[in-house]
Amino acid sequence: MKHEIVEKNIGLMIVLIILTISGGFLAEVVPLFFLKQVNEPIEGLEPLSALELEGRDIYIREGCHVCHTQQIRPFRAETERYGHYSVAGEFVYERPFLWGSKRTGPDLARVGGRYSDAWQRQHLYNPRSVVPESNMPAFPWLFEDVVNHKATAAKMTGLQTLGVPYTDEQIAAAAGEVEGKFEIEALVAYLQQLGTVISDKR
Amino acid sequence: MSTFWSIWVTVIVLGTVFGCAWLLFATRKSQTTEVETDRTMGHSFDGIEEYDNPLPKWWFYLFVATCIFALGYLALYPGLGNYKGLLGWTSANQWEKEVAAADEQYGPIYAQYGQTPVPELAKDEDALKIGQRLFANNCSVCHGSAARGQVGFPNLTDGDWLWGGTPEAILQTLHNGRMGNMPAKGVMPNMTNEQVDQVVNYVLSFSGREIDAAAATAGQAVFAQACVACHGPEGKGMTALGAPNLTDNVWLYGSNYEWIRETVLHGRQNEMPAQGGRLSDDQIQILAAYVYSLSN
Repeated sequence: MKHEIVEKNIGLMIVLIILTISGGFLAEVVPLFFLKQVNEPIEGLEPLSALELEGRDIYIREGCHVCHTQQIRPFRAETERYGHYSVAGEFVYERPFLWGSKRTGPDLARVGGRYSDAWQRQHLYNPRSVVPESNMPAFPWLFEDVVNHKATAAKMTGLQTLGVPYTDEQIAAAAGEVEGKFEIEALVAYLQQLGTVISDKR
Repeated sequence: MSTFWSIWVTVIVLGTVFGCAWLLFATRKSQTTEVETDRTMGHSFDGIEEYDNPLPKWWFYLFVATCIFALGYLALYPGLGNYKGLLGWTSANQWEKEVAAADEQYGPIYAQYGQTPVPELAKDEDALKIGQRLFANNCSVCHGSAARGQVGFPNLTDGDWLWGGTPEAILQTLHNGRMGNMPAKGVMPNMTNEQVDQVVNYVLSFSGREIDAAAATAGQAVFAQACVACHGPEGKGMTALGAPNLTDNVWLYGSNYEWIRETVLHGRQNEMPAQGGRLSDDQIQILAAYVYSLSN
């Protein structure tokens, strides 16, 4: 094939470029859509409760994932510090996933149950009051604002459409469960369940 | 992975490698000369022309080398569907090897420490160094790096214990955690504000700091009804319930009138998270020795 043919036929060039750049996607990503290992939840994994789900949205709103990852890589140095490495089946209900890509703060994939609720609240109100050298921002407004309960059911319905096994009863009860709760309660509820399905000793 | 997807991946991966190699050789075919000349491709855009020269040799062979490297890599590592690779490498077994190597190196040391009684271990300088690191990684976030605690998180160096400071009690606390719960107004939910004021004064009188002596005297009766169940008749506390001694002037939630009133009015809930599911028994033994050494 002569260069000239490709260079002078823009349509052909587009097709060839698409073929070239889609090779990696077709080989590395597409098969995953059909792979059991990444599509089936691990044993014991439950969808987030209404309050935890709202907490997750607060986590996203406040940009926690920008400084905290939620994926423990299979290296001893990481598993010693954070616990069992993350597995694909833990994330099947995550839309979108919050793996993150940068650790300004520690990984949070298994932070659930690691600290008491009281610690989490105090730390979020003013991180320096418990960890003097911390550079995490304080989030005092979480203690004043209440969760918007009006959208909770719609969020859960959306997730249900995408395959998260929420029951209709759960969705019907959602608004009542979060109404009047402070944002800090939702966020702490979310944090305290992170990574708790898999646990093992280090 | 099913056979279909395995073949799918294999075909695309190998196709890409061989496709790149084919492209490399196919474009070389049209070259008539091995050496650089001044001959151009024959086209000119805005006066810019293109030489018709072959790819420099080192560059060409670099491309060939990447194709050979790719094939070698695919032979050794899993990259072709279900093919496991000659090395049998997976990220999980790499981790297992890493952990096994560490266990071999540190396992015997830990095992030996794990069987040493806490008081004896607390005198072992090397064990305490490990303990100090474990503490820094796992405990200092609440108890502070010097283990002196802060409001709501106990000081571990002062010899005063909510749940007991014996080696057994410390081990128990570390393994299973503790849930402290002081109900609002003790066990007397209908306590009036005046009675709250009286009982706070009475509690302050244990350390000679009562503000209103008459109220303190009146508070004794309230204390007897609302507080003795956990804090004992003399306010000395009860380690079985994690109820603090109120007479030693060590305060978890602040020592002045306002703080104590807040505690009486709203109660206090606190939790020491269990470490049994996170740290190994040997690590907990070492940590217990470190904590024990801080006040013994």
